[in-house]
Amino acid sequence: MEKESFIKRYGLLIGTGLAVGAAAVLLTYLGNPANMGFCIACFLRDIAGALNFQRAGFDAEVGTGIVQYIRPEVIGLVLGSTAIAFVRGEFKPKGGSSPMLRFVVAVFVMIGALVFLGCPLRMVIRIGGGDLNAVVGLAGFAIGILIGIQFLQRGFSLRRAYQQSMAEGLIFPVLMAALLALLLIGPDFIVFSAKGPGSMAAPVLVALAVALVIGVLAQRSRLCMVGGIRDAVMFKDFRLISAFIAIIAAVLVGNLVLGSFKLGFAEQPIAHSEAVWNLLGMVLVGWGSVLLGGCPLRQLILAGEGNSDSAVTVTGFIVGAAVSHNFGLASSATGIGTGPVAIAVAAGFVVLAVVSVMNTQKL
Amino acid sequence: MVDARGYSCPTPVIMVQKAVKDGSPSKLEVAVDNQCSVENVTRFAKNAGYAVSVSEFEGDFKLTLTK
Repeated sequence: MEKESFIKRYGLLIGTGLAVGAAAVLLTYLGNPANMGFCIACFLRDIAGALNFQRAGFDAEVGTGIVQYIRPEVIGLVLGSTAIAFVRGEFKPKGGSSPMLRFVVAVFVMIGALVFLGCPLRMVIRIGGGDLNAVVGLAGFAIGILIGIQFLQRGFSLRRAYQQSMAEGLIFPVLMAALLALLLIGPDFIVFSAKGPGSMAAPVLVALAVALVIGVLAQRSRLCMVGGIRDAVMFKDFRLISAFIAIIAAVLVGNLVLGSFKLGFAEQPIAHSEAVWNLLGMVLVGWGSVLLGGCPLRQLILAGEGNSDSAVTVTGFIVGAAVSHNFGLASSATGIGTGPVAIAVAAGFVVLAVVSVMNTQKL
Repeated sequence: MVDARGYSCPTPVIMVQKAVKDGSPSKLEVAVDNQCSVENVTRFAKNAGYAVSVSEFEGDFKLTLTK
């Protein structure tokens, strides 16, 4: 059997990883919050805020919260995926694989991500910026994935999906296009933060263009943060994890060039140093993402390809973000939230355990 | 035949892995419904020493693994 060449095997994934890392550094340089060139959890949370589903840190003086903005990066990732999926004949409306369970798991994945302060993608971007709290998060993420793998190997599945109508597959990309219209028109009922991270953003069209390109690359390469560790452990397949490492490398180099690399635990941008919560938050994200079949970024890309289960999952992320901020579960730079964080995280583990056990059966 | 249509990865690969482990068949047919699974199953099968051919099957894909 001929051996697949290194370039053929790893080229697209490493290239995509380097592009994602470079794009993250560029978007931060152009105005996005620090170590947040891309963060699917944070950006969906900001979108929830723009739609007034949450008003975290509301300041009566300026009349807005601190994390409210329609992030064009999310829109670009989805529409980039949709476009290339149509070009390649891979746009396939399908769904029906335990949508409500996916929704609930997604809510808790988002709660975990906001306890840590970032999705798996921001976690690697934070690592590239020298934030050692994110290394603690990575340990939790890996533990969560290993737990999920135990169930996968015993036959866990959220059951099969079925072909659906073109309308069902298109509705999510259409909603993203509608969000883009709202962003560009900026009607009064949409709220953009006047201060805080939500007020920090790269120029709309640049962010959109960059995300469209990344969306295309992520669709082609099947880039997935959770898939990297999962496939390495389960199949000794190191393709996806090579992209994971490439992102860290590109972000690291970018930060060193721009002088924004800062190694340590203390005073990292939009991060806290409560190690137990950084760890547990990411265990929730890792385990939940294995059950969902991919990290938040991957869910956006799949939703763009017409997968309505992933569209439901993203909706769950948005609701989870609103829940996190409305009930004081989300962390901030000063530490974990003031609400019942421990109860929410514990509830998350119970839900994931029940979903895992009840859907594990011989394949 | 392993019918993995409707399942998203890694489930199709796990199903094939199990079929290979259980019987180590010299020929195995696998049905999947998305390109991503075609790529993943193909990669797994080649690593396990199988030759893989892909054909159209009821609007989806059929992979024939032979060794």
